Amino acid sequence: MTTTLEPAAGPTTDAQATRERIASLLQSYGAAIVLVILLVLGSIAFPTFATGSNFANVLTQSSFLLIVGAGMTFVILTGGIDLSVGSVFALGGVLAAFGSTYGIVGALLFPLIVCGAIGAVQGLLVAYAGMAPFIVTLAGLLGVRGLVLAATDGGSTTPLISDPAVVNLGQGAVFGIHWPVFIAIVVVVVGSVLLARTRGGQSVLAVGGSESASTLMGLPVARVKFSVYVVSGLCAGLAGALNAAYSSSGVPTVGVGLELNAISAVVIGGTLLVGGRGNLVGTVAGVLLLSVIQNLINQVGSLNSSVQAVVSGAFLAIVVIIQTVLSRTQRL
Amino acid sequence: MTQATVSVSVPTRGSVLGLFQKYGVYIAIVLLLAYNLFFTPNFFAVDNFRTQFVQVVPVLIVALGMALVIGTEGIDLSVGAVMALAAAVIPLYVGYGLVPTLLIAILVGAVIGAVNGSMVAFIGVQPIVATLSVMVAGRGLALLVANEQLKSVTDPGVLSLGRDSVLGVPISVIIAAVLVGGVAILVNRTTFGKQLIAIGGSRRAAELSGLPVKRILLLVYVLCAALAAVAGVIGTARLGASVPSTLGNLIELSAITAVVVGGTPLSGGQVKVLGTLAGALLLQFISATLIKHNVPDAYSQIAQAIIILLAVYIQRGKARVK
Amino acid sequence: MDAPAASPANTDVPVLEARGVTKRFAGVTALSDVTFSVRPGESLALMGENGAGKSTLIKVLTGVYQPDDGELFLHGEVTSFARPLDAQKSGVSTIYQEVNLVPLMSVAQNIYLGREPRSRLGLIDFRRMYSDARALLNEYGIEVDVRRPLRTLALGVQQMVALARAVSINASVVIMDEPTSSLEAREVETLFRVIGLLRARGIAIIYVSHRMDEIYRVCETVTVLRDGHVVHVGSLHDLPRMELVSMMLGRSVEKVRRGGVTEFTDANESDAPPVLVADDLSRKHQIDGISLVIRPGEVVGLGGLLGSGRSETLKGLSGVMQLDRGSVSIDGKTVRSGSVPAAIRAGIVMLPEDRKSEGIVPNLSVRDNIVLAALPKLSRAGFTSKRKQDAVVDVFIKRLHIKVSSPDQIVSELSGGNQQKVMIARWLAMTPKVLLLDEPTRGIDVGAKAEVQSLIDELAHEGLAIVLVSSEVEEVVEGSARVIVLRDGSIETELRGDDVDEQSLLAALAGDSSAGAGAVTPGATTTANPDEFPTKADA
Repeated sequence: MTTTLEPAAGPTTDAQATRERIASLLQSYGAAIVLVILLVLGSIAFPTFATGSNFANVLTQSSFLLIVGAGMTFVILTGGIDLSVGSVFALGGVLAAFGSTYGIVGALLFPLIVCGAIGAVQGLLVAYAGMAPFIVTLAGLLGVRGLVLAATDGGSTTPLISDPAVVNLGQGAVFGIHWPVFIAIVVVVVGSVLLARTRGGQSVLAVGGSESASTLMGLPVARVKFSVYVVSGLCAGLAGALNAAYSSSGVPTVGVGLELNAISAVVIGGTLLVGGRGNLVGTVAGVLLLSVIQNLINQVGSLNSSVQAVVSGAFLAIVVIIQTVLSRTQRL
Repeated sequence: MTQATVSVSVPTRGSVLGLFQKYGVYIAIVLLLAYNLFFTPNFFAVDNFRTQFVQVVPVLIVALGMALVIGTEGIDLSVGAVMALAAAVIPLYVGYGLVPTLLIAILVGAVIGAVNGSMVAFIGVQPIVATLSVMVAGRGLALLVANEQLKSVTDPGVLSLGRDSVLGVPISVIIAAVLVGGVAILVNRTTFGKQLIAIGGSRRAAELSGLPVKRILLLVYVLCAALAAVAGVIGTARLGASVPSTLGNLIELSAITAVVVGGTPLSGGQVKVLGTLAGALLLQFISATLIKHNVPDAYSQIAQAIIILLAVYIQRGKARVK
Repeated sequence: MDAPAASPANTDVPVLEARGVTKRFAGVTALSDVTFSVRPGESLALMGENGAGKSTLIKVLTGVYQPDDGELFLHGEVTSFARPLDAQKSGVSTIYQEVNLVPLMSVAQNIYLGREPRSRLGLIDFRRMYSDARALLNEYGIEVDVRRPLRTLALGVQQMVALARAVSINASVVIMDEPTSSLEAREVETLFRVIGLLRARGIAIIYVSHRMDEIYRVCETVTVLRDGHVVHVGSLHDLPRMELVSMMLGRSVEKVRRGGVTEFTDANESDAPPVLVADDLSRKHQIDGISLVIRPGEVVGLGGLLGSGRSETLKGLSGVMQLDRGSVSIDGKTVRSGSVPAAIRAGIVMLPEDRKSEGIVPNLSVRDNIVLAALPKLSRAGFTSKRKQDAVVDVFIKRLHIKVSSPDQIVSELSGGNQQKVMIARWLAMTPKVLLLDEPTRGIDVGAKAEVQSLIDELAHEGLAIVLVSSEVEEVVEGSARVIVLRDGSIETELRGDDVDEQSLLAALAGDSSAGAGAVTPGATTTANPDEFPTKADA
């Protein structure tokens, strides 16, 4: 004897269900849809837009933000937030420049170790001391920028990268595409596999989806929360190092406001800000969307770049409003 | 359920931690001043204190609004952007004198605050994201309004805010003092103040007592942004120029720090106006002390970060009791 | 399933046993020397009213809490669970009233979270996970797309998934904490069928519910807790409902006393024109078709066990809970539904059940708490007037005998009884017409209890209409002129006049049709003739 249980019983009508499904699709794929529309419109409107070199340029510009955004996605999926990534990004760059005297290994290892440690400290405070993520990482934003300045005589010196192998890591290209783009792709692929195909990744989604249920189901909630801040620190450090290689110097003032772009990209990419749902492919779409908007604004020429901030801010607001309204109707 | 409430009701009052929670900021100020009295030449001079007070004004005014928002268990990250926006509109109204300029700036701030407040109160967006999106868009809007240009401000009325003094007290300091008094009265002596604290203390209890919770939340965000706008005008007046690209950058951090250091818990339900004043002064004195001892700015940032973490960590115990 | 005689109970070592378990919280004893056991294939009902210690016991059994004294035995051997994971690994699984799964994740992900099947590469093998999940659910006759996010499924299915997860972790005991509270009747049947299957496989069930019908259908043995003590252990079949209810409430059926227990004087029915008329109040899964008429000066008791809809009725009346249908009117004027301010303006105020999280604002002073609702009335042009406030605050502190060092004392420093008085003062300051009291004396000491009770009396004499919800039988019986008894969200019966006694109320609470109570049609309560009610409940 088999009973088929009807899903979604209750007062939801078909029309309501359809509306919800559309809204839900919009939220998951909204960024991708808008991205495609912009690409089509941009290609029609500007002859210089749909060119190989312009696209390669967009990809390079996106790659650093994408790596940062990948780490941020993990954090946001647990329901947290990491405001320190901009400063960690700058620190990663400066440390890469210092480390580049030991070649490519030093240029990568040095920033990764220090930035991972910074993530670990923040993770400890959030996961084990129970402090609010935004305030911990806010302090991180400030303190790490202080470290950057301290390491560069108050920001007045810019350590240069002379090792050609390190410079090549940033500026070298295959088929006209810079190495950082490939590295970003690897990060996204590895991150996606981690998230979707490992127990750790599933725990990240579960903790964000319902912390209390995760605790009751015996998941290591604190360890999961700790780990995502380490991942975010590592990603921001790596992105900073690559950016330094790309510009062959560790500029101490880069990355100001980067956290906002990263958060916007993640949320626009359909990751729920309260956690529990989202993926790195969405973040890719979110990052590309922000970059394409920036690129199109540059194409127009008569518009200045602050339009981009207005557009992405408004976009972010709309996405979170949709998310909030949806989560109320669906009782997420 | 009953157990949980019983197990946390151990007050920290009387303990050393409790003492620090209550008076930490004042103790720190006294210690810092004492240190400077002995080890920093020229710290205890009227001129120096005048400078310190003038410099603290924008952060203080922003922190007053922030304290109200935090009192409702919220946060407002858009205050820096609101300052920039206020700065951006000033050149558009040059020649009308101080009062109209101030009013226009406050109006612009209030509108931005209404956007924040509507998202938080009526739609239910988390305050941190709602104000984050406004922060991003607001700064962009400010730059758009200003056409990404720095404009010098020549209106003598506006400039007087930054330069003139009455009986030796700078006008901006007088304004800040009036606002501190005003917010203190608002919090402690008005229906609105009592209600906003009640909402932060227990939103559920406030709703069940029939309080207009949403309307109050909206107003709190409007007030916070309006105060930020005033800070924007004062900041602009002091610079003698409208600089929407940098004015108010990272001020949300300093403001939140001042509020939390001043004893207002992030978990809401309390607003310490005097504490906020003390918090802002403490931050100012710390950076002044460091500067006077030629400590690089970098280290004062690190110091500020550690102070935030310490203050929140200490407050944490208090929030748990609640 | 109705005949659990074939079960292997009483034949084996207990699969799970607690001996002398004691648990204290900051001096309050939640469990005291609790001994209790369950055998393979047994289905045991764990019964008790609010505060009896059920949830604490479950948390001890599942590793959320550690006992201060006593030991747990698993299959006859001493064991201890440091955290929920330990209990799960040892075969003690729990499903909760609220589905405790991750709504955004799929059915299969939820079942296997933390122990997903992995391929040789160490990656999750989704194909195997889906087929395993499907097979597992099919075992219990449940067919559902295991890839769907949990939240898109009906609550009944979600509960079934929680059960499947619980059982699939090699469970030997499954604890069910009010598993049916949000299920449809059809879903409940499926759950019961699955419980039958589990028992046939030798899995022990600990079943917690307030629904008598369910308990008697599903369970064979019962353990009753009251005030943290085990007060009864035995078979359920030869235990009359009346007796079970009286044990839960701590009232002996034989020695039903009248008077002397509470501070209430004889309550009178009133014949004044009604002040509050509620018609057909309904909300899915909560209350169904509840109609009430309340007159000035009368205290009307709302009887019912936990989960009967008594608190929900008050929430519906006071605008706290949005109603699906039904209306409330005061003095003939309809009150806007679902709005607390509208209800307050009309004169309906409610003392919430959960004083700590819904009543007091803990960090504010006594003064601020008392004037919270009345603030606009006590202000001039938006400025609070200390003089006006003091007039109100002083009067109520004196009148209600609130013990405070000063009105500026922080309310969370007060005893529970004084906090409750502060809450009552908050509402009296609004000069209400109808006062809804949800467990006004819960968790307060004896002296304060008596004071609150006589205050309720006094207020009624002054003409206030009062609706009283209490899980203490004597409080309802002695405090109320008439008692409306709720069961499963509907009106079961109404007791009036001389019928308002403990025996009739217990019979009605038990829903014991054989006892004869409950002959009145729900909804027609106000016109019912009290003479229709038999006074003797136990046949």
